[in-house]
Amino acid sequence: MDVDLILKVYPHFIKAAWVTVELSVLTILLGLVCGALAAAARLSRFAILRFIGAAYVSVLRGVPALIFLFLLYFGGPQIGIQLSAFEAGVIGLGVNIGAYMAETMRGAIISVDKGQAEAARTLGLSRFQAFRKVILPQAMRLMIRPLGVNINAQIKGTALVAAISVVELTYTAQRYIGSTYKPFEMFLLAGALYLFIITLTGKGIAYLDRKVRLP
Amino acid sequence: MANSEKFVEIRHARKSYGSLEVLKDISLSVDRGEIVAIIGPSGSGKSTLLRAINDLDSLSGGEVWLDGVQINKTLGHREYEKHINAMRQQVGMVFQHFNLFPHMSVRDNVTMAPKLLKGISDKEAEALAIEQLNHVGMLERIDYYPSQLSGGQKQRVAIARALAMKPKVMLFDEATSALDPELVEEVNQVMKMLAEEHMTMVIVTHEMDFAASVCDRVIFMDGGVVVEEGAPEQVFRNPKEERTRAFLRKHLSVHGKG
Repeated sequence: MDVDLILKVYPHFIKAAWVTVELSVLTILLGLVCGALAAAARLSRFAILRFIGAAYVSVLRGVPALIFLFLLYFGGPQIGIQLSAFEAGVIGLGVNIGAYMAETMRGAIISVDKGQAEAARTLGLSRFQAFRKVILPQAMRLMIRPLGVNINAQIKGTALVAAISVVELTYTAQRYIGSTYKPFEMFLLAGALYLFIITLTGKGIAYLDRKVRLP
Repeated sequence: MANSEKFVEIRHARKSYGSLEVLKDISLSVDRGEIVAIIGPSGSGKSTLLRAINDLDSLSGGEVWLDGVQINKTLGHREYEKHINAMRQQVGMVFQHFNLFPHMSVRDNVTMAPKLLKGISDKEAEALAIEQLNHVGMLERIDYYPSQLSGGQKQRVAIARALAMKPKVMLFDEATSALDPELVEEVNQVMKMLAEEHMTMVIVTHEMDFAASVCDRVIFMDGGVVVEEGAPEQVFRNPKEERTRAFLRKHLSVHGKG
């Protein structure tokens, strides 16, 4: 193993890791927004919204994220959507992970005991007030861990944008392999950095989960 | 308008789930300050009837009135939501499984709804929490969370939560059925106290002794109809209907009393 080479190139990988972090943060934020909207739509009392929510979830979960990304980036210009590789990456992956997050959120919301809503409504709270004061605070606690699983998957999933030449961690590794012919060292370095980001995020989620846990 | 003779009135209540008729044309009324027990076997429709009073289970037909106002009015969705939320503020309900809000302290369980719906100040809310929790003997647990309480304590807090809305009537849906036997008495004591304060109460229960000692009237339901009703001593000691006798025989023998 060429340790000298690793020491020489690692600053470039750190820089690329920041791009991965940036992509992760943006896609996760977009995913949370899409997920919340879709979960709300799926739980709506209006059939049309339920249908739209369900269609979003099943289409996005039924198509490989890579295909969706290609469709957006390469196919987009054909229908008048011009996006930079970075923009396409954020939108494509964010909308994609949103479908998974929607199901996570919906699952947490419907697993709050039915008696909770009944008790709230019995006191005179409206549907919305019962949701905001009673259901959501309990569902939020239930969804932190499973959303953590989605977030973990998404951080690793950002590697897909290497396929549309966004200069993040995976793409950087590939580029350095082209010039150094040392795939073992380069992928090892990239993998270690992913592991570092994932471990740190996991610790953050575990902390959050502990912090909001009920007595 | 307000007719004190018929404070709570159910007229020709019907409820079916598909082809299953759970309530078959039930009419009954409860006077102001009256305490009525509804007894009967599982599946007799007694909980459904109770839940129909505040429209937690909507009737398929019939009317429910409280103090001269129809609860289950026919209105558009928005108007109905507004109407029913206002009506429910006047109807306290206590559940078998307490349904306390686990993410709120005992204090917040009691004050959340009055703060949100009646816009009372923090100071008023605190006074209200102290008053209601003191009433049910739970004041020293004001800062606890529901998971830190016993079943009996949870149910007393749930009663305080309902009372904090100053309801006109209290509904109890098998309030002691989920409790360990040694915890039943503390909840019964609170309900007895409310009875002495002349709170109007409708109590669905399996506890014949409690019904006999506290209630003014007992209603025996079976198969979605009211089979028999009357003063406790009449229904328990001298039931007219064979179905009532059969139920009481079975129920009282299970508990080794009679």
